[in-house]
Amino acid sequence: MTDRARVAVVDYGAGNLVSIRRALETVGADVEIVAGSEGIATANALVVPGVGAAAPAMARLEGQGLVEPIRAWIEAGRPFLGICLGLQLLYDGSDEDGAATLGVLAGRTVALEDPPTLPHIGWNQVERRRDHPILAGVPDGADLYFVHSYAVAPADPETVIAETTHGGPFPSVVAHRATVGVQFHPERSGVDGLRVLANFVDLVVSDGLPAGRGAEQPATASRAS
Amino acid sequence: MLRRRVIPCLDVADGRVVKGTRFVDLVDEGDPAELAARYAAEGADELVFLDITAAPERRATLLDVVERTARNVFIPLTVGGGVRSVDEMRAVLRAGADKVGLNTAAVADPDLVARCAARFGRQAVVVSIDARARPDGGGWEVVVRGGRDGTGIDAVAWAVSAVELGAGELLVTSIDRDGTRSGFDTDLLRAISDRVQVPVIASGGAGGPADFVAAIVDGGADAVLAASIFHRRIHAIGEVKAAMAAAGLPVRASREAAA
Repeated sequence: MTDRARVAVVDYGAGNLVSIRRALETVGADVEIVAGSEGIATANALVVPGVGAAAPAMARLEGQGLVEPIRAWIEAGRPFLGICLGLQLLYDGSDEDGAATLGVLAGRTVALEDPPTLPHIGWNQVERRRDHPILAGVPDGADLYFVHSYAVAPADPETVIAETTHGGPFPSVVAHRATVGVQFHPERSGVDGLRVLANFVDLVVSDGLPAGRGAEQPATASRAS
Repeated sequence: MLRRRVIPCLDVADGRVVKGTRFVDLVDEGDPAELAARYAAEGADELVFLDITAAPERRATLLDVVERTARNVFIPLTVGGGVRSVDEMRAVLRAGADKVGLNTAAVADPDLVARCAARFGRQAVVVSIDARARPDGGGWEVVVRGGRDGTGIDAVAWAVSAVELGAGELLVTSIDRDGTRSGFDTDLLRAISDRVQVPVIASGGAGGPADFVAAIVDGGADAVLAASIFHRRIHAIGEVKAAMAAAGLPVRASREAAA
């Protein structure tokens, strides 16, 4: 147990970090922006945000010496949140540009199926498929903010916590052990987005994510409302 | 289902919100960060800041405004006005914007759209097109420098090129309607939305809630932007969304007020 979560947010040159930092601080985390492996040693949780394409993102992570530390972090079952591209990078590879990505979760990043508009930009409904404490207090079907053209296709359907529909359905929340990924931008999704981040931070503080450090109990909502 | 967005636009000069029919008779209307927070609380789905500061050396003021806004407002923020390079776009994004609008600079240097999209992803690149109807009825012409200069370029052709170059969204403003409150140019919107797959944001001419519905139903827009009717409290965001919902359009129910 720890009183406050120390969250390392990975900076690999992809745009706006002000929003994610401030959103995490708003829900009670201490945030450090890290650009190299030395910065993550003292953190309780790792957040990889980002938008854009996989190949340049992987090249920048590689150049900053972060690929192996991120893989090791996730494989050790430590709390991890991937946002948008940060979710997509968890899988084996991306159809967007053929890049090989982190490969810590089985599956690929694939094009959205029959999208009426592309990119998929705007608020869309997140529909629950399984209970998970990351969505505690977020109404089923709540609107969150998306900006993307590709989505993940996990090999294990049991990891899909919620789906969203734009043309076809795609996973908008996934979770496996202490790794959580969201396709929407919780830092840009108003109160429900902040709630998702608050749930993550609470799970870090309470060791509530399965296979998190010292976690032996199944996940339970730490702040059901 | 993807919601149709309502987007208030704030004209910002020297770090302050100004109003007046665009670019003339400017009146100081307060702090952009405060007004942005008010709009977010009222249910705005996104915000646009249009920087109309004339002098490039005052860009630092804009970046400060963007950063103060991004610290407290947790909905997407697009910043347009005066961005002419990848480096300038990077500065605006790092200050806390999610998207950058390119207008005059993209017309002068279309490859700027491609360079910005390659660096930051197309989702961060909004190409803003100001258009006016040709007097002979032959479509619409792109105008630049805040609507002052004609270019002879066909607006629909430019929209298609901009998307091919890497625009992730198009913000389409009818200069003929801008500031008139006489409704959006739905023919212009439809001509463009039929030709591109990216979301089209309608701008220029919002007078009342029915105009927002028409921009979407008749114009094929995915989102609708307005300035003066919100600033002057002629219509509330909630009122506009209620009209959209009544017309069967999917809108986001704001939960901000309950937070």
